Amino acid sequence: MSNQIERFQDPGLPKHVHRTSDTDIAAEKRAERQVAAMFLLSAFGTVLTIYSYIFLKSDTYVFLPVMGSTNIQQLFIGLGITLATLCIGLGLVQWAKRLMPDEEVIADRHEMRSEEVDRADLVETFHERADQAGLGRRSLIKRSLGLAVGLVGLSPIVLLRDLGPKPGKALRTTNWESGTRLVLDPAGTPIKPEDLEVGAVAQVLPELRAGTERTLENIGVDAVLLIRLRPEDFNLNAERLSWTYQGIIAFSKICSHMGCAVALYEQQTRHLLCPCHQSTFDVTRAAKVIFGPAARPLPQLALAINSEGYLVAKQPFTVPVGPSFWERDSSRG
Amino acid sequence: MKQSQRISGTVANYVDERTGAAKWLKKNLTKVFPDHWSFMLGEICLYSFIILLLTGTFLTFWFDPSQREVIYDGSYVPLSGVHMSASYASALHISFDVRGGLLMRQIHHWAALIFMVAIVAHLLRVFFTGAFRKPREFNWLIGVGLLTFGIVEGFLGYSLPDDLLSGTGIRIAEAILQAIPVAGSYLAFFAFGGAFPGVSFLPRIYTVHVLLLPGLFLALITVHLMLVWYQKHTQYPGPGRTEKNVVGYPLMPVYMAKAGGFFFIVFGVTAFLGAVASINPIWLYGPYTPGQISAGSQPDWYMGWLDGLVRMAPPLETHAFGHTISWNILIPGLILPGILFTGMALYPFIESWISGDKREHHLLDRPRNAPNRTALGAMSLSFMIISLVNGGNDIIATHFHLTINGIMWFTRFGLIIVPPIVFVITKRICLSLQRADRDLVLHGRETGRLVMMPNGEMLEVHEPISAERKWTLTQHQAPGALPPPLPESAKRGLKGKLRTRMNQANAIQVPAPTLTEVKQIEDSHH
Repeated sequence: MSNQIERFQDPGLPKHVHRTSDTDIAAEKRAERQVAAMFLLSAFGTVLTIYSYIFLKSDTYVFLPVMGSTNIQQLFIGLGITLATLCIGLGLVQWAKRLMPDEEVIADRHEMRSEEVDRADLVETFHERADQAGLGRRSLIKRSLGLAVGLVGLSPIVLLRDLGPKPGKALRTTNWESGTRLVLDPAGTPIKPEDLEVGAVAQVLPELRAGTERTLENIGVDAVLLIRLRPEDFNLNAERLSWTYQGIIAFSKICSHMGCAVALYEQQTRHLLCPCHQSTFDVTRAAKVIFGPAARPLPQLALAINSEGYLVAKQPFTVPVGPSFWERDSSRG
Repeated sequence: MKQSQRISGTVANYVDERTGAAKWLKKNLTKVFPDHWSFMLGEICLYSFIILLLTGTFLTFWFDPSQREVIYDGSYVPLSGVHMSASYASALHISFDVRGGLLMRQIHHWAALIFMVAIVAHLLRVFFTGAFRKPREFNWLIGVGLLTFGIVEGFLGYSLPDDLLSGTGIRIAEAILQAIPVAGSYLAFFAFGGAFPGVSFLPRIYTVHVLLLPGLFLALITVHLMLVWYQKHTQYPGPGRTEKNVVGYPLMPVYMAKAGGFFFIVFGVTAFLGAVASINPIWLYGPYTPGQISAGSQPDWYMGWLDGLVRMAPPLETHAFGHTISWNILIPGLILPGILFTGMALYPFIESWISGDKREHHLLDRPRNAPNRTALGAMSLSFMIISLVNGGNDIIATHFHLTINGIMWFTRFGLIIVPPIVFVITKRICLSLQRADRDLVLHGRETGRLVMMPNGEMLEVHEPISAERKWTLTQHQAPGALPPPLPESAKRGLKGKLRTRMNQANAIQVPAPTLTEVKQIEDSHH
């Protein structure tokens, strides 16, 4: 006896087992009826769709458990389409599984690689044709063609230049200027310090010159959050403290991380939280980042009061608001 | 001859005389497709794509992608008189004033989610079974492309209605553009036609969403399917299945009925979801304005992992020479995804380089029989899941009464610690499963029947498993099934050492039992 290790052998495809629908006429008939019933149900689904579209009211709602209040017409059009499609599918699959032949078939598979002869033929033909065109010799044509093809792709890129203007100073400019009054968003009314109780928050925008309309681009850089604390709550340096007014402090509402609105103010901890990526800023320490991915504090807006007693900006923002960009000089905050 | 036969004969003749398709069709009507539930995952991708085309076309008839400001006067009373973009107003119009419009919107959104789930599930099936191996590397690359474009297409899609949630998503996309060194602010201004949000972005992404990307999808899917057709489908190992054959059901009638039927089933299920399960109720969010936001802002799930990575990024920025580089955006938003997707695309070539295996493979691997690959897949999956968890940290925090900070720190460490652990554990599990297979072949199946021997000893009766089962469990180490060893010349140098090391790690296997061993055991019993 040899020392050769004997391995298991492929026993080949298992013997085919007949289904009941192959051997029992009653079972076959039953399967046939099941398939037909599915198709009939599908037809009913289409009728239901059309009926719902025409005859159901479009403003009536029904309460579905878990799902909540649901529009009846949309619901029944949807259920109709569900029946119409699902039942065609179930019918077809049942037909295939119960009545069509279920014996597995074996087909041969061939290697992807072509026959050696064909491969050699291809190489020969290619070289022959390339020679005819002079691809090997005419280097002047080849190089100039390379240049032309390389350059032709530039045109569409150049043509895209007019998609938008250059950024210019837009990323550094807001509508806050020295003396600009703070107005409540969306009411548009100017605001006095006594309008804001300790602990309160307000969203404000710069008052626009008469005749100008506020755009979303304006709001995207101008939105400011006003918070009133007790003056002794602050932990600020002298300059930043001078930017507050009677405990009222103002920050850009546009997150210094990715520009979302920093809208969640937690009164207990005096933290501002951005709902997008959870950067957290400490209001008492000039919106210093205390958690999350933001790398810079929210820009603080210097506040003052004008002769009529309204809150105004003492000066424009000293740094660009919103997310970072390459040209931003962030060494100054 | 029956009349129906005469008519079909006439039609067939007409077509064949003009196309000569008879031979090709005859051959392909009997084409064999292997049957397995996991092969339907790719079908779901295709069918949900068709559903997306159909419902999407319906939506375009009413949707107006303009950012021009209008005052809403439709039948949704709470927003009556509110200033909003025409885009949001038309999305509301579709939802409330077009019969079946809300349904179509919801089917469209559900189908998009299913499309992405199915792509990922299909990808996992292909990865874990080694279906990407030669000759199917091209199809793997096309698949990675489809996944990438799918993520972009989905993002653009849910950005279009211009509600408060989607506008916030666009704001974040703008910040990523803006963070690109040197060209960032220019790219952002070109894309948005000026400062954010502008009035150009939605019309532009609308064209990309309904024309450019769907066209690309159609082209890629066509090539993907042609290659499947031409290369013939892979099959799971088993009795009678070899590298040289394909075992299954013929296209006509069985596969046609099953695949065609399955399309209608996918459509039906998606329609049911659209009918009963509300999704993206944009009317609750209100129109977009940069100064507002809704708490619990969440992207769709296939963007969630990216958002999770961005959330957990440490607050790193470089400030130097009057310039700013936002690593906190670049690393999680561009660099890390770039590395992950490039690695994924190159994986078939990397694996083949490590193993030195240049042969064609049409028989799939059982995941346990490729422990390294399976462990790598599980490891990547755990990385994605941890990122995804952090993408929903606010929702998880409120639902399970945890702190956002706690989840954030857990995922920050977890992202680095968990994947290697998952790798090791998965590899152990694979090897244990191989041992279990070996036991099963050598000692048979535990029947649960206890027998008391005359001497009082208790034994459990084992029953030998079938020859078919034995073959399935041992075929992966049959002669010729294993890759050839690396040639000596490939082991030189640093690259060679690395390759040899990984090659050895790949080769760790529990030896499959042989007939000889079975006979030895039987002999020792007698």
